[in-house]
Amino acid sequence: MPSRDEIFDKVKSALVDALGVDEDDVTPNATMVGDLGAESIDFLDIVFRLEKTFGIKISRGELFPEDVLSSSEFVTDGKVTAAGIAALKARMPFADLSKFEANPSVQNFANTLTVEDMVRYVQSKLVA
Amino acid sequence: MRWFWIDRFDEFVRGKRATAVKNVSLAEEHLHDHFPGVAIMPNSLIVEGMAQAAGLLVADAIEFNRRVVLAKVAAAEFYFDAVPGDTIRFVAEVIDLKPTGSLTKVTSTIGDRLQGEAELFFAHLGPGEGVPKLFEPEELLRWLDQMHIYDIGRDEAGQPLARPDW
Repeated sequence: MPSRDEIFDKVKSALVDALGVDEDDVTPNATMVGDLGAESIDFLDIVFRLEKTFGIKISRGELFPEDVLSSSEFVTDGKVTAAGIAALKARMPFADLSKFEANPSVQNFANTLTVEDMVRYVQSKLVA
Repeated sequence: MRWFWIDRFDEFVRGKRATAVKNVSLAEEHLHDHFPGVAIMPNSLIVEGMAQAAGLLVADAIEFNRRVVLAKVAAAEFYFDAVPGDTIRFVAEVIDLKPTGSLTKVTSTIGDRLQGEAELFFAHLGPGEGVPKLFEPEELLRWLDQMHIYDIGRDEAGQPLARPDW
């Protein structure tokens, strides 16, 4: 099992390649969408690179739960409901959703996922 | 009508690598305005040739059962301009191939000089993902024949590619 710092370095390398950002921009607290400019297609690219780099399998929607965020069951008036938050937490135990919970507008979700969340996600996959 | 942006394949190894050729000619109208008196092939159109070479390589590998769409130019760098009279040689390699998408690396070479290189990411779309119909079999076969894929193509075991019986 690689250390947290080893995982971070590889995640950083994958993000630099996938997003064309500078290494210095990829800090643990940088948000994937807001700070690094990731778009939806980039997540597919990132999934490819993480799978290859770490030898893990990432199912569709696991890293970026677009199905929950676009579901009428979990979203009302543009905001994720309590049931939706619970679904997101169950799906994404690696992500810190506390800020998002305070203002669970779907639009805000884009700025929730951070580089550190990605590192925790990979850690959880490597342990599994 | 399909927009042909490579002239033929010289090498085609299923799921692995392909070499394709594009001859740049002053007869191409876009070169008349880009730029008047100084014709330069736009690098964006070189990416199109790269995408056609890599896209067909990938589409063949998944048996044309999904539409292969250039979703993202993950990286691209060019070192000098392609001009009329040049023969561009594209070498496409599959880095990763999955049912939902593929990552490829393509270089463009003129003579023995590396002109450009790019990483192209393709999404593979199926019915229900904005694709009403995958392709017209006759039209696609005509294109593949024109590209000489079944004349020079080989599978992973080195055997000639079988022409599909659509």
